[in-house]
Amino acid sequence: MTVRTVVTGLGVIAPTGFGSDAHWESTTRGRSAIGRITRFDPGTYASRLAGEIREFQPEKHLPNRLLPQTDHMTRLSLVAADWAFADAAVEAGAVPEFGVGVVTASSAGGFEFGQRELQKLWKDGPEYVSAYQSFAWFYAVNTGQISIRHGLRGPSGVLVTEQAGGLDALAQARRHIRRDTAMVIAGGVDGSLCPWGWVARTAQGTTSTCEDPARAYLPFDARASGSVPGEGGALFVVESEESARARGVTSGYGEIAGYAATFDPPPDSGRERTLRRAVEQALDEAEVAPAEVDVVFADAAGVPELDAAEAEALKAVFGPHGVAVTAPKTMTGRLSAGGAALDVATALLAMREGTIPPTANVSAAAPEYELDLVLEPRRRPITTALVVARGTGGFNAAMVVRKPRGQAGPEAGGRDG
Amino acid sequence: MDRRVVITGIGVIAPSALGTKLYWELLTSGRTATRRISFFDPSPFRSQVAAECDFDPEREGLSPQQIRRMDRAAQFAVVSARECLTDAGLSPRSLDPARTGVVVGSAVGCTMGLEEEYRVVSDDGRQWEVDGDYAVPHLFNYLVPSSIAAEVAWDIAAEGPVSLVSTGCTSGLDSVGRAVELIREGAADVVLSGATDAPISPITMACFDAIKATTPRVDDPPAASRPFDRSRNGFVLGEGSAMLVLEEREHALGRGAHIYAEIAGFGSRCNAFHMTGLRPDGREMAEAIRAALAEAGRNPEDVDYVNAHGSGTKQNDRHETAAFKRSLGDHAYRVPVSGIKSMIGHSLGAIGSLEIAACALALEHQVVPPTANLHEADPECDLDYVPLEAREQRLDTVLTVGSGFGGFQSAMVLCGPEKATR
Repeated sequence: MTVRTVVTGLGVIAPTGFGSDAHWESTTRGRSAIGRITRFDPGTYASRLAGEIREFQPEKHLPNRLLPQTDHMTRLSLVAADWAFADAAVEAGAVPEFGVGVVTASSAGGFEFGQRELQKLWKDGPEYVSAYQSFAWFYAVNTGQISIRHGLRGPSGVLVTEQAGGLDALAQARRHIRRDTAMVIAGGVDGSLCPWGWVARTAQGTTSTCEDPARAYLPFDARASGSVPGEGGALFVVESEESARARGVTSGYGEIAGYAATFDPPPDSGRERTLRRAVEQALDEAEVAPAEVDVVFADAAGVPELDAAEAEALKAVFGPHGVAVTAPKTMTGRLSAGGAALDVATALLAMREGTIPPTANVSAAAPEYELDLVLEPRRRPITTALVVARGTGGFNAAMVVRKPRGQAGPEAGGRDG
Repeated sequence: MDRRVVITGIGVIAPSALGTKLYWELLTSGRTATRRISFFDPSPFRSQVAAECDFDPEREGLSPQQIRRMDRAAQFAVVSARECLTDAGLSPRSLDPARTGVVVGSAVGCTMGLEEEYRVVSDDGRQWEVDGDYAVPHLFNYLVPSSIAAEVAWDIAAEGPVSLVSTGCTSGLDSVGRAVELIREGAADVVLSGATDAPISPITMACFDAIKATTPRVDDPPAASRPFDRSRNGFVLGEGSAMLVLEEREHALGRGAHIYAEIAGFGSRCNAFHMTGLRPDGREMAEAIRAALAEAGRNPEDVDYVNAHGSGTKQNDRHETAAFKRSLGDHAYRVPVSGIKSMIGHSLGAIGSLEIAACALALEHQVVPPTANLHEADPECDLDYVPLEAREQRLDTVLTVGSGFGGFQSAMVLCGPEKATR
């Protein structure tokens, strides 16, 4: 009998809000947080919009000694971890010593910190480089810092699959739980909004150069012209159903019921892309038929060729207009390692509240995609959601989340309904 | 029936040893591949030695386009992936793409490429608002190192699960540990897994200088890496890659593949203590070792050889000696323990996979590689570290461990083909 893995705590830190309540409020109302970059002067760059987390005051949330040794995105992740544990009502010291692990997704590490130290090295000399550089930049930093802050000594990990990383990290956490670990904090919080990070991230050529926040990121729209980067993400407390029950948690947010990852052949190979297979395998593992899926949180690249590929995969599995599809990331931008994690958080909140949040700014999906794209908040009971993610280079991941058992019946009415 | 995982192919790029055959010759010769840094002028740095690879990507068969777009770490990974596939008697055509995965470990990804490009777009650090007009199109691939795993997957036509694992200096153990899990759970039948790092660049030297982790010994580069020796004073940076063909056991037996070893157990823990520091008692590493042995169904007395992390820092070698005593009990005093970083330096994430390759080769040849440069043991490091000379010995069960920044502690148990084929 396979151990069930349930989500019992959420820590959301996103352009759309500090904490899952604020994020949900904005998201369900279709309020986009994309705007002109304020963190540095974007005037000389072709792309100038991002989903920024504004007015974050790390010193209000974290001890002073952590500030000089952490990049902005590590601070965000430490706060998200604190919130996830608080939300799950995990008492410090109440878990077995080696019983809690940390698995995070990463894309570029603490890149702004890295830019500062590279500048010191090349402008001033090696002796000016910070003693913290050896770990503040590297990809494992968030896992390490969260482990230390909360005394977590269980099996841990760090995965890099670009935008697919949030799902791969949750799946790795589930693997640890199935093996022998009671609880894992997992997900992804990311961001590299500094000039050097911006130049590197936009070098990919898929970032929109549109200057109108309402028109820059329009996935599945005939006017799609690329996407907008953002920062933030989500961390989750996930645990075995048994561990949750032993702590007196009766419901939780939902179960990680199915997952699969595939990789696309090179574009010039003539072979079929593999996103469809990832979706089918994830549904199979969850023992869910396509007709039972209430909503798909799409990857929504915003690049016509990639939108077409995703629409085709969804059509192949669900049929034309066969399932509600939404992309709330139109309100935050693409968060790289944080992106799919935030989508899972939004999916879990949507299940709890009985509302599918909308795809912002898109007026209509291009008809050839044959998608039921959710453009206005849609109230309906949600028991099963599919989250799809694609990382640059060909990484595909799909995850099925399901309402907790005992709450499987339709539940109308959310708290703001 | 439980799915078991065996190693059927090995590919290596290591300092002074391009290819598995040369690698094993180097490790058993007791020679060292550490030298004064030649990639840039090291004189402004505290530490000035490294273990460098004399690697020519063109001679190693990469195309001009691959050379242009791939960072050195990615080049290492692709070249060693090709070698391990050939060694396993496989080719991209003989693999079922949907059942083939890739897991590559790397601690610092494309750091060399990033630093070179940073110098260009920032005009050597003069501009904070760097100039995007000078950015190369593949800069995004340097930014997000999953590009390394993608390059390997493209090269071998894998379409199963593909990922990069980056847990600092345990990346090379953790990537293979993850690959084993993927095969066991049925997500793939064959996974190419290993790790790569090419960190010998000014920014890496400067950041390890800043915390005095690397050795300041400049007078005698071949003797600079001295794990467990009383005079050790820091590690020597290295570079390289090892990739392995991991295969579901029945799959390997069915095609009559040569089996080097079975990966029988894996464990990882965090010390939750300090981003770069270690508690002297070795508790978490000991716990990772216990977990790996338990999964392998082995007792401490079954371990015939321990490949140590042996970085040559004061605190690491004591920490790990304590961990061996804690996990293996009295057997720690009887089992040979050696540190190959004495010969090939510490290539951060890559080294964990290079050490797994060394363990598989030790099982294959029934030889324990030595700890070079160990002339006078630290009184606090009082185990049998196989000083200076390789040792012929019957080996069936071997243990390899790693320890990394972020607090990661990992351990893996391999056993020889005799048990693996039963």
